Amino acid sequence: MNKMSWPGKIGVNLLAWLVSILMFFPIFWLILSSFKTNALAAAREPAFIFSPTMASYVNALVNSNYWHYALNSVYTAVGSTLLCVVLGVPAAYSMAFRRSKRTDFTLLWMLSTKMLPAVGVLVPIYIVYKNLHLLDSALGLTLIYTAMNLPIVVWLLYTYFKDVPGEILEAAEIDGASLVDNIVRIVTPLALPGIISTGLLAIVLAWNEAFWAINITNVHGATLSVFVSGFKSARGQFWANMSAASTLSVLPILVAGWFTQRQLVRGLTFGAVK
Amino acid sequence: MAVVELSNVGKRYPGAESLAVEDFNLTSEDGEFVVLVGPSGCGKTTTMRMIAGLEEHTEGAIKIGGRDVTGVAPKDRDIAMVFQSYALYPHMTVRDNMAFSLKLKKYAKSDIKKRVDDAAAVLGIEPLLDRKPRALSGGQRQRVALGRAIVRQPQVFLMDEPLSNLDAKLRVDMRAEIVKLHRKLGVTTFYVTHDQTEAMTMGQRIAVMKDGLVQQIDSPNTLYQHPANLFVAGFIGTPSMNFLTAEVSDNGQALSGPDFQLATDGPRRSVLADHGQTQVWAGIRPEHLHLSDSESADNRMQGQVEVVEPLGAMTMIQVLIGDTRVTAQIKPHQMVAMGDTVTLGCPSDKLYLFDKDSEMTLHGIDIGQSDAH
Amino acid sequence: MATRAIRSTVKTRQRQLGKASQGMISFLLIGPAVVYLFVWMLVPLAMTIYYSFRNYNLIRPTFTGWAGIANYANVLADPDFLSAFINTLVLVVASLILTILFGLFFAVLYNNEHVFGRNILRTFAASPFFIMPVVTGLIWSNLMMNPSFGLLAALWRGLGLVPIDFLAQFPMPSLVGIVTWQWTPFAMLVLLASLSGVPEDLKEAAGLDGAGAWKTFRHIVLPQLGRPLYAVVMLESIFFLVIFGQIYVTTSGGPGTATTNLPYYIYLQAFSAYNIGAASAGAIFAVILANIVAIFLVRMIYSNIQEEA
Repeated sequence: MNKMSWPGKIGVNLLAWLVSILMFFPIFWLILSSFKTNALAAAREPAFIFSPTMASYVNALVNSNYWHYALNSVYTAVGSTLLCVVLGVPAAYSMAFRRSKRTDFTLLWMLSTKMLPAVGVLVPIYIVYKNLHLLDSALGLTLIYTAMNLPIVVWLLYTYFKDVPGEILEAAEIDGASLVDNIVRIVTPLALPGIISTGLLAIVLAWNEAFWAINITNVHGATLSVFVSGFKSARGQFWANMSAASTLSVLPILVAGWFTQRQLVRGLTFGAVK
Repeated sequence: MAVVELSNVGKRYPGAESLAVEDFNLTSEDGEFVVLVGPSGCGKTTTMRMIAGLEEHTEGAIKIGGRDVTGVAPKDRDIAMVFQSYALYPHMTVRDNMAFSLKLKKYAKSDIKKRVDDAAAVLGIEPLLDRKPRALSGGQRQRVALGRAIVRQPQVFLMDEPLSNLDAKLRVDMRAEIVKLHRKLGVTTFYVTHDQTEAMTMGQRIAVMKDGLVQQIDSPNTLYQHPANLFVAGFIGTPSMNFLTAEVSDNGQALSGPDFQLATDGPRRSVLADHGQTQVWAGIRPEHLHLSDSESADNRMQGQVEVVEPLGAMTMIQVLIGDTRVTAQIKPHQMVAMGDTVTLGCPSDKLYLFDKDSEMTLHGIDIGQSDAH
Repeated sequence: MATRAIRSTVKTRQRQLGKASQGMISFLLIGPAVVYLFVWMLVPLAMTIYYSFRNYNLIRPTFTGWAGIANYANVLADPDFLSAFINTLVLVVASLILTILFGLFFAVLYNNEHVFGRNILRTFAASPFFIMPVVTGLIWSNLMMNPSFGLLAALWRGLGLVPIDFLAQFPMPSLVGIVTWQWTPFAMLVLLASLSGVPEDLKEAAGLDGAGAWKTFRHIVLPQLGRPLYAVVMLESIFFLVIFGQIYVTTSGGPGTATTNLPYYIYLQAFSAYNIGAASAGAIFAVILANIVAIFLVRMIYSNIQEEA
């Protein structure tokens, strides 16, 4: 494929750049709008060059309840991810190194729960949460996100653990390592890069989640998804505020997402693609 | 240091029809270097892993230092193992790799340091102690793997093809080094390899295995001179022994087949007479064949040269005798060309005879018994 | 020596005891995760099935007891449900076709080694996938598609056309467009990973055999993408069946029921009509729909796991 004419090369480059720009443009426009005034953001003539203002950011960070929702997002995303890792590491260890006839079945069963539509369990969880006073609580959301991401986390950790050579674990066993030693002192440090990127993916997925956040939280336990969706009826008003709040909600995760592209594909395809 | 005793040891994997290892009997001497050798899938590694306790034996008994180790965890068997892939902990320095087992046993820090330093000195890896395995060459990793085994001062060393990941030159060097190390430490060692040269050069005793069964356990020389069956005869020695199907005639006086005629000596004549079968396997090692004048000798085989491989110190030729390709080692100055018709001769007392069906030797050596001791 | 022997027998016994409870250890390792998923997924699912056969309305506390198949019958008779069902299929199928076409095109483009800075370009093109669906909805329904102040309206005016109120005039195509923007990166990334796995020398060999760029792609590259494409179709189906956030902030299922899909219908049944029984019956239909796809997906994953083991 090394032979390609000059016009061909230029054409392909132009096309590739155009595609990237078009795909990214709405995000760019969002960020740009966040530095405008509310009036300018909804101007009939789109403004590309203007003197930027931080007013909307100040408004979001100081005047509104941004921090309340942001903290809930951090709490639910990080909390559910930690829970996933704590539950997932031993499970994935068992699947990778203590294989039995049931291992594949268990793994498939876990993955298939991820294919269960959330609406299939929405009503009972809503009712149970109501009785347990978990509605509109960050804790309740964290517990749901854990269930939501656990299959992906177990699956990814399993694929990372499988890359640890069995002989190293046997060497450790002969060296006198117990099961816990094996998990804590050998497998976990060896698979640490994989564990970290798995965790990052789980954070991204929990952070962006909307269905549960909207349905079982309102104010007290609500995340940024709920906060931002409050702008949904801003027909031409507060667009700069909306853009600033959205940018603040999206940017850290966008950057994290850039670094987890591979894990994201690996995790969300459940091994259906090799 | 300890005697390792395997009696009737066998392994049946769950759901498997046949045994992966069957009826393994071997008692090592204290401080002996025992090699398990055989083609892949012969059960040699399984046997070693049963000694290590990484796999449970399902038949028989294993004793280490007089203690039955059935159900004893690997860490409590007082053994150390060197793996084919070295299995070094990639996230630990060389020092931590070597110290890991001692740390788990809660040895004193000063004690650990001394043991690691001593082992490093023995292996000449002191400058590497603070590096990670990633930064080491293959040979250095091999040394660290040995070091990790040494620091534990175990009763038994188990080595599973430790040299097979090294290049040819390094392999020869490390071979000598492991033998030297063994002599210095005097620890009973079990060594698994598929390479018969490695087995012959390193082992004090060699167990040749095939299909889960021990074929013969003997010293290198005995294996070479008195192979118990066709398999051992073919496996030990390079190039391999040649085998010809031969008709027995004149009450054991002669063996013949297409394009060859072999006379027997006294002992072989009586063996063949006692055996009484009309067909046997005749085995001849390439190094016992020579070019001979046609028609003159009693033992002669005639055929066309198919391959000529000059190796410098000697030349290997392959000659088609009947439909069997026979390898012969000839002197380098003997000029032979592809397509030539040559006659090969062989001394009568270098003939090996095996039963046609059971493939056992006819020379009266039973499996597992040695006349070398 | 004596103490050693005693200790070893103790250890032996421990080990044998341990052997008997190997299954116990495995359960301790894997059990928590399994139990967690069981409690959070299967138990609620069973409850949903139970509710779907019950008379249960949050604002009619006296309306209780077994409903038989009444909830299912009512749901099936509800024109809104049927339109939600059709909307779901339209949304899934249309988004599937578009994301795969665009994704394949983008993947081939960014797989071309002559593209300068292709890793960075790819990363930027992949960005929509990491935007939270709620924000995606806001960007498009407001900043882009608003008929008065949106960027597209300005563009239309610039071209001398009358601006379109996309979400009012073409609600479903607009929604499909939004979903396509968000999910094309997924198809692209999966296919790109598979494309880069096509050996370069295979393509070179095809080139030497006289195959042009298109023929090389058609006969060498595309066949290798068969399995990944199949996988993307099923994975995206699973994910598209449950789209919610984008609808919630853009059209709220409207105008009318034009963009109400199954999840949104169930959400409305539960939290607007408070009809738990009907919502549960609808949810069971959604589960069945997802399971049809999941069966094929699980089989594919299973064969992949088997191949690797």
